[in-house]
Amino acid sequence: MTDLGQGTPAIAVDGVSKTFRIPHERVSTLKERALHPFRRSTYDRFDALQDVSFAVEKGEFFGIVGRNGSGKSTLLKCMAGIYGVDRGAIYVNGRVSTFIELGVGFNPELAARDNVLLNGVMLGLSPREARDRYERVMDFAELRQFEDLKLKNYSSGMHVRLAFSVMVQVDADILLIDEVLAVGDVAFQQKCFDVFNRLRDEGKTILFVTHDMAAVRRFCHRALLIERGEVVQIGRPPDVAVSYVDLSFRAGDDPAHAGPDAASGDGAAELLEVWWEDEHEERQTVLHQGRSYSFHARVRFNQSAENPGIATVFENEAGQPLMATSTDRLGGTGTFDQGTEAVLSVHIDMVFAPGRVYASPWVVHEGGLRVMHRWPRMHSVVVAGAHVSGGLVDIPHEVRLSSPDRVLQVEARP
Amino acid sequence: MSSLDVSALGRPIRGPSALGGDIRRLLHLAVTLAVMEFKLRFFGSVLGYVWQLIRPLLLFGILYVVFTEFVRLSAGVRFYPAVLLTGIVLFTFFSDATSRSVTAVVDRENLVRKVEFPRLVVPLAVLLVAYFNLVLNLIAVLVFVLATGVSPRVEWVALPLLLLPLGFFAAGLSMLLSALYVRFRDVQPIWEVVLQVLFYGSPILYVLEILPKVSLQHLVVRLNPIATILVQSRHSLIDETAPNAWDAAGGMAYLMIPGGIVLGVLALGFWVFNREAPRIAEEL
Repeated sequence: MTDLGQGTPAIAVDGVSKTFRIPHERVSTLKERALHPFRRSTYDRFDALQDVSFAVEKGEFFGIVGRNGSGKSTLLKCMAGIYGVDRGAIYVNGRVSTFIELGVGFNPELAARDNVLLNGVMLGLSPREARDRYERVMDFAELRQFEDLKLKNYSSGMHVRLAFSVMVQVDADILLIDEVLAVGDVAFQQKCFDVFNRLRDEGKTILFVTHDMAAVRRFCHRALLIERGEVVQIGRPPDVAVSYVDLSFRAGDDPAHAGPDAASGDGAAELLEVWWEDEHEERQTVLHQGRSYSFHARVRFNQSAENPGIATVFENEAGQPLMATSTDRLGGTGTFDQGTEAVLSVHIDMVFAPGRVYASPWVVHEGGLRVMHRWPRMHSVVVAGAHVSGGLVDIPHEVRLSSPDRVLQVEARP
Repeated sequence: MSSLDVSALGRPIRGPSALGGDIRRLLHLAVTLAVMEFKLRFFGSVLGYVWQLIRPLLLFGILYVVFTEFVRLSAGVRFYPAVLLTGIVLFTFFSDATSRSVTAVVDRENLVRKVEFPRLVVPLAVLLVAYFNLVLNLIAVLVFVLATGVSPRVEWVALPLLLLPLGFFAAGLSMLLSALYVRFRDVQPIWEVVLQVLFYGSPILYVLEILPKVSLQHLVVRLNPIATILVQSRHSLIDETAPNAWDAAGGMAYLMIPGGIVLGVLALGFWVFNREAPRIAEEL
């Protein structure tokens, strides 16, 4: 990692607040205004940013993450000077270019040459600078033979390449980037990041708004997590990524996912509740790969039962079973009087692939053929992990590549 | 509030504004946008410029036939065709610049919401396109005027001086209208009506002397800056026997009124635009 300078920060945000006023009844004509000159319009206040402070060092690759509507784009627009701030101040040390969208100002009716010029000037170049860089832009985009073609005749891939080339050639000290990478394919995104890394090594500062935690982990030096307009955390990307995932799934926890899928059985026992706990015995709805958790199911016997069994299966969203277990392994379970409660606990290391995991528990009479209570998809949690391997589970393993001159080896753990 | 040491950081950035910090950037952007817009309009089709020219010429043709053959407004007016065409071209500039600028900021929403730039660029670019257009049309007018027997005069050099107040008037209204339209969408139909009133309230189809009462002539020239400019341009460009602006207004001192209106509108337009500029991106 680059050694971060301790000098003047590239960007300092000092106690910034921003409130949007959302009118209840929008007066949108002069006529209404003239007819009701004294009617005060009422409005809701929406605090998009509240007392946000942080500083970004020169040469730093800084990620800003948050859920939809958390204020991250507003923050970027404030730093770019597109929105004014209501309180606080933003200090910028160097030339800034903002990329809220690739190819802002592109006009499909104009030739590539004109669009490059226009886009360059919009992004802060003088017309002369934009003309001087035109050749480099076209070379980088590898579109020289199409320079006189109107943009509307470009394929979307060419379009993106052209826009990105302008962006790279703008040569700002500080780049503010808002999810622009979401548009391209994987190869293009990789190319973008290669360029960002190069720019970073040249001492440029990059602020990068994204949902993509893998990108944050891979490229950012530090990251900031914002929620409801407030800074929740500033720190190392892996930590921030974990908090982000927690936050997203906690807030987005949807009871529909945990609802009963037609419970069945003769009613001799009843599944009361199921839950997951972490190592500190705290209930969780988001489980992180690689940590240990225990699953619990609480059952009440409505009739006395001899050697009943309790079982559960865990399955993913596609309904594929990931794992099943039951009290069979204990041998006989003995007698339960009417009204007794029992708790099944399953302690496991979380190796399930990232995604939603459902628990479908059931209680059976001795022998396992007659069901007292079965509740498919009674409960669900989200398993969070940085990598999607494509498998159903991610079992810790080692990967090794041997050849005469070298041996490459990595330990893969979730 | 915060633990940042901001003492070494200089001044904080300002949000969006009408002028921005850098006048050069304002001009660069306005000119670039205007040139691109101009290209789109004129090079979009082979006959691009011809169409642009045909519009005022067609209007001129119709009005000329109507007012020389059907209604004899032109009776006794020297060089009526030249007067009519000059009037139409100048008014076309004015109506083009102002009516296109009404929706300009909203049309450029994509830019306004996504890039930081001096907001004044938007109406300024519209004005520039109208100016480019005017210059091209004036070349056609020049040819026509010479063909109808008007002899060239030294006063023609003063034409830019007449275009200046017209440009100021249009600029003031462009800023005012484009800023208001962001909030009030009925500005557009209202402005169309006002343009009609201005068209008939200016001596374009008719010449000032045709108005029955001298006091009415005075009133038109005093209250309508466009009328003032047209009267003066007729006098100094086409027919020196026609009254000049100060005679038509009933005295030099009265020209303070249209002059004041132009400057007042310019100041009001800038004030309103400047006041709205920081929030335009949020209210779109």
